[in-house]
Amino acid sequence: MDSALQELRHQVLQAHSASTPLRLRGAGTKDFYGERCEGTLLDMRGYFGVVDYEPSELVITARCGTSLSELEGLLAQHRQFLAFEPPAFGGDPTIGGVIAAGLSGPRRFQAGAARDFVLGAVLLCAQGELLHFGGKVIKNVAGFDLSRLLCGSLGILGAITEVSLKVLPLPRLEQTLQFEMAASEALALFNRWAGQPLPISATAWYDGHAWLRLSGAPPALRTACERLGGELLDAEAASRFWRSLRDQTHPFFGHASTLWRLSLPSTAPQIAGSGSQLIEWGGALRWCASDQPAADMRQRAGAAGGTALHWRGGTAGGRFHSLSPVVLEIHRRLKSRFDPHGIFNPGRLIADL
Amino acid sequence: MLLPEFDIDESRWSGVAEAPAPGRQLAVAQALRALLPADCVLSRDEELHPYECDGLAVFRQQPMLVVLPRTETEVRAVLLACRRLEVPVVARGAGTGLSGGAMPHAAGVVLSLARFDRILQIDPAARIARVQPGVRNLAVSEAAAAYGLFYAPDPSSQIACTIGGNVAENSGGVHCLKYGLTLHNVLGLRGCTIDGEPIELGGCALDAPGLDLLALSIGSEGLLLVVTEVILKLLPKPELAQVVMASFDDVGKAGEAVAAIIAAGIIPSGLEMMDRKATAAVEPFVRAGYDLAAEAILLAESDGTPDEVADEVRAMERVLQANGATAIAVSASEAERLRFWSGRKNAFPAAGRISPDYYCMDGTIPRNRLGHMLKAIERMEHKYGLKCMNVFHAGDGNLHPLILFDANRSGEWERADRFGADILELCVQLGGTITGEHGVGVEKLNSMCVQFSPAERAAFFSVKRAFDPPGLLNPGKCIPTLARCAEYGRMHVRHGQLPHPDLPRF
Repeated sequence: MDSALQELRHQVLQAHSASTPLRLRGAGTKDFYGERCEGTLLDMRGYFGVVDYEPSELVITARCGTSLSELEGLLAQHRQFLAFEPPAFGGDPTIGGVIAAGLSGPRRFQAGAARDFVLGAVLLCAQGELLHFGGKVIKNVAGFDLSRLLCGSLGILGAITEVSLKVLPLPRLEQTLQFEMAASEALALFNRWAGQPLPISATAWYDGHAWLRLSGAPPALRTACERLGGELLDAEAASRFWRSLRDQTHPFFGHASTLWRLSLPSTAPQIAGSGSQLIEWGGALRWCASDQPAADMRQRAGAAGGTALHWRGGTAGGRFHSLSPVVLEIHRRLKSRFDPHGIFNPGRLIADL
Repeated sequence: MLLPEFDIDESRWSGVAEAPAPGRQLAVAQALRALLPADCVLSRDEELHPYECDGLAVFRQQPMLVVLPRTETEVRAVLLACRRLEVPVVARGAGTGLSGGAMPHAAGVVLSLARFDRILQIDPAARIARVQPGVRNLAVSEAAAAYGLFYAPDPSSQIACTIGGNVAENSGGVHCLKYGLTLHNVLGLRGCTIDGEPIELGGCALDAPGLDLLALSIGSEGLLLVVTEVILKLLPKPELAQVVMASFDDVGKAGEAVAAIIAAGIIPSGLEMMDRKATAAVEPFVRAGYDLAAEAILLAESDGTPDEVADEVRAMERVLQANGATAIAVSASEAERLRFWSGRKNAFPAAGRISPDYYCMDGTIPRNRLGHMLKAIERMEHKYGLKCMNVFHAGDGNLHPLILFDANRSGEWERADRFGADILELCVQLGGTITGEHGVGVEKLNSMCVQFSPAERAAFFSVKRAFDPPGLLNPGKCIPTLARCAEYGRMHVRHGQLPHPDLPRF
């Protein structure tokens, strides 16, 4: 066994036998994310490296500590990429952290979420065993889909030591169109356009402007641009703009002390009291800098068929939208079976788990 | 120390074929009849008979009872009663599954969702369909067509198979390279736990808080919950689709051409391969126009705007030519496109025409091992004295070898069964998996022992227990117990020579 992996295993076994909590951490770019972040540091960066990459298989396998920049750099050499555009938040996250958090960027609108690209994962469980779930092939239904369950688990079931991800060829061309319009008009148009066979890979609305990113074959983009109108953005400026949404370096994210992330049906009408907002994913993701009481935001998001996450501000234990009792009970049972001594990131995903 | 611990009622798990105690059927039927309208509970032999197997007819078991509820309230009542009386529950859709996942439990109830057959809502603006689990797969696309939308997963049984069954198996189809599996096209589920509690996972929004129990439930083969409603993602129908058909004089070259298409940055909407034995079986039956002299043919589909398709078809033709295609044809009309596909979609029935029985395998391997696998299958044909024709979702590495046999000839099924297990083991060795889209069911329980370690299988049982503490939902499927794997291991050392080849092995 690799010595770095051996060291991780040793620390996990020790924590398990002493019932002392561990705080799983990669590069720490998402320390702000989750309910609480406590325990002895389990630094996942020491176990790194791309294990397997065959471009024609559209799969890359990497150890948890591999940096996103290294992985994306390697993919780019073969004109491939991670289509869910994981946010780096201005740093250089590890791939293990990317999958444990399960967050996706602007292209989630068209390409799917992080979990949609997870093909396999290796889990270092509380008892020190390495469990392999999923694999390196696109179609695989053997056993329960635990590799995708780990995506977004924030480490509460164990330490992800290796992941296999589906990758895609880079689009041959990308163009961004900018429009002037109000939020309500943008929501209506985003939904109408999404119902048509147009090569739209991302949408955004902020402060009276809407943006559409088109990705694909040059002839398809030519036709789409003619149909959609709007102002064609300079390629470099467009790339910077989408990157700033993906990493939340856009000025909008710098202002407010309280920021809500509303996950809603894309057709949901504007939420009352949502304050200054930035809209992504065709209307399905709405960032709101709002000082409304938390209970009101949650109630309104829930009534619209979605949920509200207190992304910035709020108090530990009250950031995520609450779960129904039946779903919470399943979480409890899963946690107690996978991590009977409660050592992995206690309280990070759910206050008392 | 082997942990997490196995925690399962071994007798319930392995007792699929054990008959109920005398009087038990009557007692459970009475309890259920008190809860449901009279026509919802079936108990006579001739009524139970049609439910004894799914699409994999070699595994048969008559259930103790069948219930056909119409409402979620009735489903809840059935589950509560079964929980109280400790009766196993096997949910069932159209029964088209190919792994025996819906094979009944001898002392259990089959919970048919056939009467949950309504499309509740098509919302063209939000591009979603809300459907009951008994709705047929194709019916969703048919209903969405009026709005220029479609539901992408298209298993070859799509005329008959139901959405609930698709969710249970995480079904794929010929277009999943570009559009994904059921998992990628389901936004939310509503169902009931074994406690009769309603549960909602996902919804019309794209994310939900907590662990991704939606992803975990899709493909869970009826072991975790009973689904009563599904929210599906609809996509805009591409303006045009065209198929390129290429012939090769060698299966290895065809495999390399597949890799070359992907390496060129093209993701066709479908990419299928058939070997010579498959085209020979299919052609007289459907007259798709296949090149019978070719060792293998590839079907590669492009969809999108007319300009985009023209561009991609040209690019694929170039790659196919450069990789040694001996002939290339491009569909010139929608009718021709459908004809090219008809042969592929009818490969299974064609196997049924040329052989009394066939056994369909479903392993997945990395694409670049295709040539290796096909050569190995050829050797196995000699070893087992049985023919095998191969159709292959080449784009995603998913193989469907069809082993031809005659169940009426003594020993042929047992040879077919071992032939299949050999193929699956090689899939695992080559870095693949024992099932790409058909599920484990009862069929591949032994092969699960090869693919997963005891600790991994214990983790699966942990998930099972978290959702279904009494272990009543579809027991005996999907995950093998320690005892079963130990037994399989013992059989295994005899190089596939079973001690009692005449015994059925469930």
